[in-house]
Amino acid sequence: MNWGSFADFLAMGGYAPYVWGSFGFALVAFAAEYVLVRHRWTAIVGNLKRQAIAARLDEEMA
Amino acid sequence: MKPLDFHWFRFASPATFYPLAGRMIPLFWLLAAVFGVAGLWVSFFVAPTDATQGEGYRIIFVHVPASWMSMFIYIMMATWAGIGLAFNTRLAGMMAQALAPTGALMALLSLWTGALWGKPMWGTWWVWDARLTSELVLLFLYLGFIALQAAIDEPRRADKAGAVLALVGVVNVPIIYFSVKWWNTLHQGASVSLTRAPAMAQAMLWGMLLMALCFWMYSIAMALTRVRAIILEREATHDWTHGLEEVMA
Repeated sequence: MNWGSFADFLAMGGYAPYVWGSFGFALVAFAAEYVLVRHRWTAIVGNLKRQAIAARLDEEMA
Repeated sequence: MKPLDFHWFRFASPATFYPLAGRMIPLFWLLAAVFGVAGLWVSFFVAPTDATQGEGYRIIFVHVPASWMSMFIYIMMATWAGIGLAFNTRLAGMMAQALAPTGALMALLSLWTGALWGKPMWGTWWVWDARLTSELVLLFLYLGFIALQAAIDEPRRADKAGAVLALVGVVNVPIIYFSVKWWNTLHQGASVSLTRAPAMAQAMLWGMLLMALCFWMYSIAMALTRVRAIILEREATHDWTHGLEEVMA
């Protein structure tokens, strides 16, 4: 075990901004990419849904 | 005798690949999570403090995997682009397009963590050293690929133009990799080599490999998720997309 306490762990031997800045940026970047891509997929599925409803309405009217 | 009717080109059809990708995604997320938890555990609790860099060296556990993936994803992207040019399959171009943003993110992450590592150890965020500069060129190649494709309305033409750019840019990957050998760089030499014994503690090596596997599995899950959106966008006028469960619901 490298750390005596939780505060020790957070301090990273004085390199806290650099170490947490690296791991934190990775985490935020991955989460953001996931949200954006999921949003892109939901958007196109919603689009297709509306097209399907429009097609069904067209058939009913005809 | 019944002929064997299974062949891999069947999966080159977006309509067949879409549901297959959907089934594979959860598996890759699971693998990414398992490798991620194990990798972070080793990175922070098993790997010892470095003799010269103290705890600051732990940036390596993000920096090296991100750098490896930025190069590896580029090669995969160029491979798919090349397949698309050679065989004119629709899916190949979509795969290349799906990989580009994740690759760009890995290149950015590599540069960002490199800057955060360079500041305390070298005393500078950035130098125009061969390794750093060629990695920056890689980021620009990704961004150029994305911008070029976005600028062309017709998807098949965008695929072709992007493929040429991606294939020409491949030359940069060995330049990045061997830059620390070919030139005198501030950046240190390769962390892992197949031809000599590892210079670092076993636990550090394991942490790096586990994190690399996590990033790899993440990249696959992400690219498959993105390619599913791209498939639907491009095939929105095809009948099969209208019969999908998620569309009918």
